[in-house]
Amino acid sequence: MKVHIPTPLLSYTGKSEVEATGATLADLLVDLDRQFPGLRFRVIDEQDQMRKHMRFFVNGEQVLSTLQPLAATDTVHLVQALSGG
Amino acid sequence: MAARKKKPAARSKAPTKKQRAQPSRTLRAPRAPRAQKLAVLVATRKGAWLYHTDSARKSFRVDGPHFLGQIVNHLMLDPRDGRTLLAATSTGHLGPTLHRSPDLGRTWHEAKQPPAFAKAPEGQKGRSVNHTFWLTPCNADEPNAWYAGTSPQGVFRSDDGGDSWNGVAGVNDNPELRKLLGGEQDGTPDGPKLHSLIVDPRDSAHLYFGMSSGGVHESHDRGASWSTLIDGLEVVGGFDASNPSFHDPHCVRMCPGNPDRLYQQNHCGIYRIDRPEKRWTRIGKNMPKAVGDVGFPMVVHPRDPDTAWVFPMDGATVWPRTSPGGKPAAYVTRNAGTTWQRLDAGFPASQGWWTVKRQAMAADSQDQVGLYLGTTSGELWMSRNEGQRWSCIARNLPEIYAVETALVS
Repeated sequence: MKVHIPTPLLSYTGKSEVEATGATLADLLVDLDRQFPGLRFRVIDEQDQMRKHMRFFVNGEQVLSTLQPLAATDTVHLVQALSGG
Repeated sequence: MAARKKKPAARSKAPTKKQRAQPSRTLRAPRAPRAQKLAVLVATRKGAWLYHTDSARKSFRVDGPHFLGQIVNHLMLDPRDGRTLLAATSTGHLGPTLHRSPDLGRTWHEAKQPPAFAKAPEGQKGRSVNHTFWLTPCNADEPNAWYAGTSPQGVFRSDDGGDSWNGVAGVNDNPELRKLLGGEQDGTPDGPKLHSLIVDPRDSAHLYFGMSSGGVHESHDRGASWSTLIDGLEVVGGFDASNPSFHDPHCVRMCPGNPDRLYQQNHCGIYRIDRPEKRWTRIGKNMPKAVGDVGFPMVVHPRDPDTAWVFPMDGATVWPRTSPGGKPAAYVTRNAGTTWQRLDAGFPASQGWWTVKRQAMAADSQDQVGLYLGTTSGELWMSRNEGQRWSCIARNLPEIYAVETALVS
């Protein structure tokens, strides 16, 4: 599925749209980390919680759990929150 | 300070009044190595800068910004090779990480496994590293080893030059220590910190560390176990000084010229301890009453254990944390805290409302010691004569978090 990458993470991916797979958002982030080592820890902490200022959208809807199921046709956006102006 | 590790010098005799009025030429223990190249490492809220100079320290070549826009809490050069830099980095949105440069900042590589607490058992609340706050290289007998202190309070160790980090379980997973930390509101406004990680140059297993809040602690087994070292330290009035969670050490430094002596700038004063004593002595009582002995940085002389510098702050009312009266000044003691002298030549004489954070003041190791400090308003100042006169190296930087000096190979 397509995953849109915010600018602070372009140093990992080199491009703003990448392909990744996963049955859940958690799985997707594992696949992203496999392809782009280090990316996952920047958005998910060691307690498997979403970072305070990161947001995750699936098909335009914000999701609040990494257990969110995903389909191969979904589009995922990783977004930095509008925190701080 | 990232000065070269040196053989401890014998403790000097008490200086005369005439000696106290002068820089420490007459007190010097072994002569400082003649450095060819030095660097001042500046970590800020929005990136890092290196200022290259030589022993004369009359001109500085700026190299930066590195990590523009990223929060750099600490930037350290490895004194074991004079080339490797470690930077504790994060951003406002992303999780914390570390970067390593093997070539003085020409190239940077992100750590494969940054500091992270252990995953909590199911149903329990675990801790997450917000940022790495403090970096300390180990001794030469432990090549590639580093310690990191984090916010919230944790100790991590790397044995591969900073590429991967593991928690020191004796600290991070110790329920007794966790009790000392208080709640989230007991930390500093920027989050609770573990800082002042000190490795005894004579014994790599012997560590000290400070926690804001949580007190000062000592370990003889690389952190596997530890004991608390707070006797003699005062706390805010009305609270129990025997409870470490009420203690807020701001900065602890060990004297390279006598590793048995430590100085401390605390929330409640300036202290000295001479091990194996276990009780701190409040030497800040000898500061001028109008200035007081509140502050954040503590700087020790690279050779003379009787000499140390502080940069007092206004700790009255709501804790402005600015220079008392708007008149910036460092203070030096040349007799281990018996007396203090004001050092403000070159600083603004008025309307200088500076804040200097605990990591933002450092000394170099030259014959006549150079001092450096960075303000939260983005000014970098230095003195090439032990604080007798100050000059501004750089203005218009972001908020300065840390200043270190290093000998460059």
